[in-house]
Parts: sequence; C-alpha cells; structure tokens
Amino acid sequence: MPPFDAEILARLQFAFTVSFHILFPTLTIGLAGFLVFFEARYLRSHDEAWLVLYRFWVKIFALTFGMGVVSGLVLSYQFGTNWSEWSRVTGPALGPLIGFEVLTAFFLEAGFLGIMLFGWQKVGPRLHFLATCLVAIGTAISAFWILAANSWMQTPAGATIIEGQYVVDDWLAVIFNPSFPWRLLHMTTASYLTTALVVSGISAFYLLNGSNREVARRAFSAGMWGVLVLAPLQIFLGDQHGLNTLEHQPIKVAAMEGNWETRGGVPFHIFAMPDQKEQRNRLEISIPYGSSLILRHDPDGVVPGLKDVPVEDQPPVGIVFWSFRIMVGLGFLFLALGLWGAWARWRGTLYEATWLKRLAVLLTPAGFVATLAGWFVTEVGRQPYTVYGVMRTEDSFSPSVTGASIATTLVLFLIVYGGLFGAYLYYLTKLVRRGPDPLTARETEAKPEAIRGARPGLVVPAE
Amino acid sequence: METLAIISGAVIGVAILMYVVLDGFDLGVGILFPFAPDEGARDTMINSVAPVWDGNETWLILGGRGLLVFFPIAYSIALPAFYIPVMAMLFALIFRGVTFEFRHQAHTSTHLWNRSFFWGSLIAAFMQGVLLGALVQGVEVEGVRYAGGMFDWLTPFSILTGIGVVAGYGLLGATWLIYKTEGQVQDWARSSATVLGGGTLIAMAAVSVMTPLLRPAIADRWFGGINILYLSPIPLLTLTLAVSLFWSIFSKRELLPFLSSIGLFVLGFSGIAISLYPNIIPPSVAVWDAVAPRSSVIFALVGVAVVLPMVLLYTVYAYSVFHGKASEHGGYAHHDHE
Repeated sequence: MPPFDAEILARLQFAFTVSFHILFPTLTIGLAGFLVFFEARYLRSHDEAWLVLYRFWVKIFALTFGMGVVSGLVLSYQFGTNWSEWSRVTGPALGPLIGFEVLTAFFLEAGFLGIMLFGWQKVGPRLHFLATCLVAIGTAISAFWILAANSWMQTPAGATIIEGQYVVDDWLAVIFNPSFPWRLLHMTTASYLTTALVVSGISAFYLLNGSNREVARRAFSAGMWGVLVLAPLQIFLGDQHGLNTLEHQPIKVAAMEGNWETRGGVPFHIFAMPDQKEQRNRLEISIPYGSSLILRHDPDGVVPGLKDVPVEDQPPVGIVFWSFRIMVGLGFLFLALGLWGAWARWRGTLYEATWLKRLAVLLTPAGFVATLAGWFVTEVGRQPYTVYGVMRTEDSFSPSVTGASIATTLVLFLIVYGGLFGAYLYYLTKLVRRGPDPLTARETEAKPEAIRGARPGLVVPAE
Repeated sequence: METLAIISGAVIGVAILMYVVLDGFDLGVGILFPFAPDEGARDTMINSVAPVWDGNETWLILGGRGLLVFFPIAYSIALPAFYIPVMAMLFALIFRGVTFEFRHQAHTSTHLWNRSFFWGSLIAAFMQGVLLGALVQGVEVEGVRYAGGMFDWLTPFSILTGIGVVAGYGLLGATWLIYKTEGQVQDWARSSATVLGGGTLIAMAAVSVMTPLLRPAIADRWFGGINILYLSPIPLLTLTLAVSLFWSIFSKRELLPFLSSIGLFVLGFSGIAISLYPNIIPPSVAVWDAVAPRSSVIFALVGVAVVLPMVLLYTVYAYSVFHGKASEHGGYAHHDHE
C-alpha cells in the first residue's frame, strides 16, 4: 500500500463533492415549483401576501441556486480530472446526455434567472411569471438528463463496448434505461417533498414566534398540503423503485436488506450490524418474513443474498444497509407529519397546534438527510462498479494523477466547502430572521389592475 | 468521419470562444474590482454583470462537457494532464461565483467578499491562460492516456499566456464598463482600458513570436510556402482593431472599445486554432484520432443544431432586458436595500 491510495481518495473526493452539490438542486428544483405557485396565486388573486411570499422565497432560491452553480461546475470537470478512464470509455454514451443538460436546461435557467431576480422593473408581470415558469421547467429538464445519465450507470442499456469505448446503437434505450423512470420520479418527488418540509418548517417558525403571520399562514398551509400529498406518494414510488432494483441490481437489494443467503422467508432487519468479513449480521432485531413480504408480496418469497457473488463483488454492506433505514424511517416520519397536519386542518387548528409546528420546525432539514441517504443507498450499492456489472471503480480513475494531488485537493474541498456551507447557512439564517419584506407604500397604493397596464409601477421602491 | 471530426472541433471551438468573450468580461470586472474609485463604483460594477454572469459561465460547462461528448479521448487526456491548473481554476470560480449572492447579503463583511471576487476572478483568468499555453506547447501522450507528470503544464510560456489572458480579460471588463457605466466610473474604466489594452497587445505580440518557436510544424503553418500570404489578414486585422480600440477609447465612444476588444480576442483565438489544427491535443492527437463514435457525434450535433440557435436567441433577449447603464442601486439593491 502506498501512503495515499489514489482510488480511495478519488472516491472520497467525488462522494464529498457530489453529496455537497446535490443539497442545493434538491431545494431549487422543488422551490422553483413553489415559486411558480406563489406567483400564479398573486397574479390571479392580486392578494399582496402572495407577492411578499414570492419575494421572500426567491431570495432563498437565488442564494441556493448560486451554490448549486458553483459546486456543479466542479463536477463537470472532476469527471475528467479524477475519472479519466471512466470518461473515455463511457463518454460516448453519457456525454450527449449531460451535454444536452447544459443546452436544454442550464442555459434556460441562467437566461431567465436574471429576469426572475432583477427583471421586476424591466418586464411586465406576465413576462416575469413566464421567466419563473421557464426556470422551474429548466430545473426539471436538468433533473431529467442527469438522472438519465446516472440511471444508465446503474442499468446500462442500448450500447456495447467496442475497442475500449461504448458505442451506442439505440439512444432511446440509453436514455430510457430500465431504472430511469422510477429514479426520475423518486428524485423529483424527493426535491418537492424536501422543499415542502423547508417551507413548512420556516413558516412554522414564524407562526411559533408570532411574526409575519399573514404570509406564514399561507406558506405553512401550502407546505403542509405538499407534505400530505408527497410523503405517501414518495413511499409508493420508493417501493416501486426498490422492486425495479430487485430486478436489475439484486445484490444492491441484498445489501439494503442485509441478507446474506438467497432464500425464502427472509425477515426484515430493523437493526443489525452487518459484518462483511464474517459474511453475516450481528445483533439482529427483525420482523419475521418482513423482507420477503415487502419484496415479493409473499412470506416465502425468495430474496437474493450477498453471498451470490464473491466478497470482492459486493458493495460495502453497512453503509447501504444503514442509509436505507435512515431514508425509510424519515419517509414514514414525513408521512406522520402530513397526516397530523391534515387532522389539525380538519379540526380547524392547523395554525394553532403548537406541537405540530414544533415538529415541522424540527424536520426543516430532514428532507436533505433523507435525500442524501437515498443517494448513498443507490451509489454505494452500485459498488464495486461505476457502470454496474461492467466497469469496475478501480478501472475508472485517472492513472496518471498521483494520490498526493488528490489528497491535497480533497483537503482543500473539505476546507472550502465547509467554509462556504457555513457562509450559506449564516446568510440563510439572516434572511429567515429578517423575514419577508412588506411591500413599500407606493406598491400598496398601486392596485394590481392599474399595474398590469403600467408595468414599471409594479415594484418601484419608495426611496 | 474526418468531416464530422472537424465539425465537432468547430463546435467546441465556438463554445470556448463564446465562453472566453462572455465570461472574459465579467471576470475582467472582477480583476478590476479593487482598483475601482469607491464602494459605490464596485456596486455598479457588480450590478452590471449580476444578471448575466451565470449564463456566461454556462458556456464553460458546455465547453467541458462538449469535449467529453465529441472528444472523450481528448477530455480524458487533457484533464489529468492539467489537473492542478483545472482544480485551481475551479476553486477560484467558486469564490468568484458565490460573491454575487453573499456580498449582497453581507453588511460588515463586504470587504471579505470584495477580496473573494477579485482573487477568484484573477486566479480563474490566470489559470485559463495557463491552460491555453499548456495546451499549445503540447501534451505528452502514450496511446490514449496522458503520459507526463503533474507539473508539465508549468513553463515560462504558460505563465506568459496566463498573464496575457489576465490582461485581456481586464481589457474586456474595462471596455464593458465603458459601455455600461457613466460619469466617474466610466472615466476610470477608460484609463484602465488604455493601460490594459497596451498590456494585452504586448502579450499577444510576445505569444505570437514564441508560438512558432515551440514546434517547427507551427512555424511551417504560418511561414511555409505561400501560407503567410493567406494568413496575412490575421495580423493586419489585429493591427486595425488595435488602432480602433485606442482611437475609440480616446474619442469617448462607448460601445466600440468593447467590440474592438472582442475582435482582438476572436483574432487571437483564430491564430491559436490555425497553429494547432488539426490537433486537439498537440502535438500528436488529431481531431479524428480523438473523436467519439459516429452515433454519438451525430446525436449530439443534431441536438446542437436544434437547440443552440434557441439558446442564442433567448440569451440575446436576456441581455436586451438589461440594456442601458448599470447603476449603484440596480440589480439586487432595488428590491431589498435596508
């Protein structure tokens, strides 16, 4: 062993930079949808509270979007710096997908984000709304392409390796590869659910301390509707996605279940300490037949076991096993929050139920944790491959880059991203503490009907 | 396949040129940041690029991913070869990029983000110049892999191109500010543009002299046979644009200095393309050695042909929305100054 193992360092670095990055798009994909909703409500009802709400959340959107842009740029180049072998072999299949992401999504978002943030005085309300919609559509298109690319690495299709490079014979098969539809739905819903939790949580914070009541009530209501609808939907989609994984990546499912032998009547382990060396679990607490019932809808259904493949072909079981439990546990907690909210709403105490609001505040960041845990399940579960079953991670990294260089940049990433994350949270907290800005006197005087004709009047501040 | 490879190379070339010109001027604004007359001028400067910087930087993502699409072999050789300058550029662009939001939110720490904006822009520009020089001077390749060391990129030539790009981006930034500002800031931008224009031309001259000395093949491209005749418009046009640049600065034109600077960049870029053709990784990897399989190139080219015109159209629209002079209170400051 050299002092620095380049492969491990490259993996750690990529895991860190991609995990850091995904936090921000997770919020912006969903928040863009919420902003469309807020602005649409304002345009239809002329109720200024919606406009105040839009202006507040668009600031958080901008802050988050900026973080997503700078951390995303890194990834586009890291494929090449750290994973040059992977880039050369898979580039012909994956390149066009992530290239189209730039062409069809990034430019759209960047082009209209400027108008969304700074265009209030420059374009009319309808055009401004169109800009918001186009940014939201851009975030969704971006998710489409990047998840197609990721899914292809999980379930490659439509291409064969010829002379050391993938050659594609069917683009539709590449894009709509077997795991793509479920992954796309699962991740998009995760984004919206995470955003619903953030919107509910910050609004609940205002309701609890009695500030910004008018706007906070609207946002809390919208957020809690979101959680109520999205949490059960997400559990259903997760289940379907899991069944799809069972079909195409059975060893990943074996790791999620912590199941070593392929057999029927497999229990669901609520707790276990998987021991990869001994190829067994320690300290199991299990529900009998649980795993067979979930995966096969039959108590005697056969569940694949990790021992079907040699140890060197197994993913790191502990990480996959525990990440899966964190994700599922949080998913059911979100369901409980949604149901509690619905019950309080039905009883007419949605805005008064103190403990409901406290739980909502507590769960503000929980969607991010669940999303990251889900990505850990699917990405670590794909190991030891970068392209599942075909290209091993140890054959993917850049052979000419020294371990010392990767170690250096890894430390720099840790410091820089740590500092940036601190600054992001600091400014986010500052925005939240300050709360939504009320409209200026001139804006309140100008009635929306009048504004619609005379567009510059919409947001001229009273200076 | 040769034609496809050349078209693909042209697409990458256009993406990189678009990036250099567009992000060039907003990185240039960052390079000029600490030299601005006062904090109000800095607000104006950052407001002049805030609505468009993100779109500008997107061309860099297109360039990088485009290289992966069309020339995966070149991508997988160049990025490990240029590991250190690429990483340095990325870190610098992070600091530059987050400044737009953070500086605007900041109260007591504005000076911190001013510094982040300056150093981020400066180092990103310098590293891009270094990358250019490192590519032009050549990369050691064995088969389809990079065969050199971690520091091969670092030479006097690449440092010279690094300084040249810093000066050139500074010039683009200064002439952009002549166009987008007025009064005191504009006067300052004019004098900055004069200095940086001189620096850029000196750097261009030095690089033009040194490049043919790097490899006989490049010298032959420019001076062999009657090539010098065919290629003579390039230096002649460069001279014309240099004159137009200084004349338009001194005669207080507002847009022409910026257009002249862009012209200088286009010509410098063409000069480098002529020196390198048909190599994508000089001296040994030609575009047709590195091009992706046919099915990938065709698929990607169709996408580019359909989508890129739309992108250009709404990019022009987005710029037109923010036409006119930038102000201290434009941009963010409008909807939430305390």
